Amino acid sequence: MSAVLAVERLAKSFGGVHAVREVSFRVAAGELLAMIGPNGAGKTTCFNMLNGQLAPDAGSVQLEGREIVGLAPRVVWRRGVGRTFQITATFPSMTVRENVQMGLLSQHRRLAGWWRSAARLYRGEADRLLERVGMAEQADRACSVLAYGDLKRVELAVALTNEPKLLLMDEPTAGMAPKERIALMALAAAIARERRIAVLFTEHDMDVVFAHADRIIVLDRGRLIAAGEPGEVRANPEVQRVYLGSRSLH
Amino acid sequence: MASAVIQFLNGLASASTLFLVAVGLSLIFGVTRIVNFAHGSLYMLGIYLAYSFITKLDAGAPGFFGGVIAAAIAVGVVGAMIEIVILRRVYQAPELFQLLATFALALVIKDVALWSWGAEDLLGPRAPGLRGAVEILGLPFPQYDLFLIAAGPVVLGALWLLLNRTRWGTLMRAATQDREMVGALGVNQKWLFTAVFALGALLAGFGGALQIPREPAQLFLDLTAISDAFVVVVVGGMGSIPGAFLAALLIGEIKAVCIAIGTVTAFGIELSFSKLTLVVEFIVMAIVLVLRPQGLLGKPWALQRVAPAQMEPPLRPASRAGTTATIIAIAALAALPLLTRGYTLVLAIDILVFALFAASLHFIMGPGGMVSFGHAAYLGLGAYGAGLLLKTAGWTMEAALAAAPVVAAFGAALFGWFCVRLSGVYLAMLTLAFAQIAWSIVYQWDAFTGGSNGIVGVWPAPWAASRAVFYLLTFAACVAGIGLLRRMLFAPFGYALRACRDSPLRCDAIGIDVRRMQWVAFIVAGAFAGLAGGLFAFSKGSISPDSTMSVSRSIDGLVMVLLGGVQTLAGPVVGAAAFTWLQDTIARNTDYWRALLGIAILVIVLAFPQGIVGGLRNWLGPKEVRA
Repeated sequence: MSAVLAVERLAKSFGGVHAVREVSFRVAAGELLAMIGPNGAGKTTCFNMLNGQLAPDAGSVQLEGREIVGLAPRVVWRRGVGRTFQITATFPSMTVRENVQMGLLSQHRRLAGWWRSAARLYRGEADRLLERVGMAEQADRACSVLAYGDLKRVELAVALTNEPKLLLMDEPTAGMAPKERIALMALAAAIARERRIAVLFTEHDMDVVFAHADRIIVLDRGRLIAAGEPGEVRANPEVQRVYLGSRSLH
Repeated sequence: MASAVIQFLNGLASASTLFLVAVGLSLIFGVTRIVNFAHGSLYMLGIYLAYSFITKLDAGAPGFFGGVIAAAIAVGVVGAMIEIVILRRVYQAPELFQLLATFALALVIKDVALWSWGAEDLLGPRAPGLRGAVEILGLPFPQYDLFLIAAGPVVLGALWLLLNRTRWGTLMRAATQDREMVGALGVNQKWLFTAVFALGALLAGFGGALQIPREPAQLFLDLTAISDAFVVVVVGGMGSIPGAFLAALLIGEIKAVCIAIGTVTAFGIELSFSKLTLVVEFIVMAIVLVLRPQGLLGKPWALQRVAPAQMEPPLRPASRAGTTATIIAIAALAALPLLTRGYTLVLAIDILVFALFAASLHFIMGPGGMVSFGHAAYLGLGAYGAGLLLKTAGWTMEAALAAAPVVAAFGAALFGWFCVRLSGVYLAMLTLAFAQIAWSIVYQWDAFTGGSNGIVGVWPAPWAASRAVFYLLTFAACVAGIGLLRRMLFAPFGYALRACRDSPLRCDAIGIDVRRMQWVAFIVAGAFAGLAGGLFAFSKGSISPDSTMSVSRSIDGLVMVLLGGVQTLAGPVVGAAAFTWLQDTIARNTDYWRALLGIAILVIVLAFPQGIVGGLRNWLGPKEVRA
């Protein structure tokens, strides 16, 4: 399998703190890779370097063989990277459909239009995406009145508007009820597999991680300490030490 | 050498004054998050009260300093009353409404001063015991100014002790950082806010009262004081008291240096640095804001929890009733010249021009989320562009009118490039700075712009000279302009602009270039304001810096937009009509039109926190139940 995302020896320090040290990993098309680790392990720093919010000190991030390090987030998006946020970022003064239409308008470079009504543009495409994430009935509601779990679905639909090759999901199920978590992640996984999207997500809920991730990488204090399929990672003594202290599970 | 020392001391004296005006504003903002536009009015009240107290007491040094202190305390009491009666009711309102409320207060206070003390300048007595001058390196220097130089650091020290050595000070500093948390810890915020506001007002009154031997009490001091204070607070960092001191020092000294340099001739060009003093503080502010947006000693914004109730509902096309009403209104306006050729038509032209001006400001303020305190700059650029092209370049009216928006758009492109790098209050202050810079260039460039006299004889072409025809021309241009702005809001560009306001983070993540969108919006808004300016010039026949691009003109625009409601599209038009009509009607019937306008604004702010149109819509319209 050729990698959609190839991260090589990525590093970042803040002052004297090495937030991320020489982290390397790959994600293939249609694969769900979970990045886990205790608080302060460097997950968010790592994430922010992948989509251009933060410039790394060293290392490379290649999307389908092309370097994307140092590009602005909006340029990274144009290369085919979708993103959802830990705390949802949507446009509250717009309806659900309009939120998705914004992504489509941007993707088709129609943002500068100043005459034709925006509400009619890419309406069908937006509705199809909303249908896919189960938000079609609520398309005309304002985003500001949605339940949190529904906002997450809207964000997922927006992240799909550029037909991404890579989807970055930062704590996709944070702040949701346990049942909703599994449902949302199952949805994301199904979409990723049917559209052959590479997905990288961070997550604190281990039920979600072990139920949906194809592979897992574990960060601790900025270092990558383990990588592999869920079974392997679960059995890894180093991972157990990090999560449980020095005593082993067995 | 000696004169340089004197100028340096002059700079220190003016720095002390600046600090005293600004520090209260900074304190109040730090805790209550209210940008108190009436702060300059409190300063002005301090001078007037000191004048009255001192002349009444008339008892030498104790009388003088007793009068100054009594004035400061009286202003503090006024501040406490203002906080209890009015501001308490608007803490939950959007930031802009708080600003509007304090602006209305400024109007009321100005008229109270006019009523109490009259329109004449009042020159107060000099301070007993400090009347003379001391000799410094052979040059005389006023003793009173030495006293002032000491007053600034003394107040700074006293505030430091208050904030760092008392329990109350600890509470205040805590509230500056996180007022919700302070409330959650069981501190009664109500009285904390009242006390802070009273203290800030007292300091403003004190700063004003101390000026009584140096400058006469005048009615325009409120505006000059507030713009000085804003600049100092923004340069120093909002909420930072040492920052305010540093900024006051910096600006006071730079002004002194400009005066000391005087006029310099270099490469055959005469450069007058002393004239620069009118704008130098704004130039300093612009530079600081661009290089260090949070001010010299300011910290980046603390987290503010925004109430979801402030969220704007999605954009909906006009209802059938709304469309019908609009068509009827437009038809009625088109038929107006058939009914009257008199003064009503003149007023109607004003209303149309300002409706376009307000709509252009609304475009960046509402959907764009960028509040401009200096939008009149573009009205002025349009007016001067048209006026100069007509009178100096000999263009026709049609060509000059068509060029007006282009001239303004160029100005907006230049200023806007810097402005979109900031947000919130800082952006507002930078727009104000640029407007002041534009104003002072026009004001001082006598040879080209006619200086303070402006340009006269900007009359329409013969075919449009009759009042009715010019009205129709204005009507067509304004309706087209407002219609186009509205159309843009419903187009992708308008949506993208709102997206940038709603969530810059999400915009970035879906490929929308936030700064570029905002910059283009700034230019568009500038262009339409320029068109309004061109029409304004031809409707009046003469233009001056004060009638087109003064701070008060910018504020008129703000009030119109806020009055109508910033979240609605009809708002600016209704607001402009209400404001222009009210101002005209009240001004013709009373000397105290400002106070009445202020009271009207206060009533509206307290009764309709979402503006006239927003309030009506909430009241009549359908409501969505929150999930």
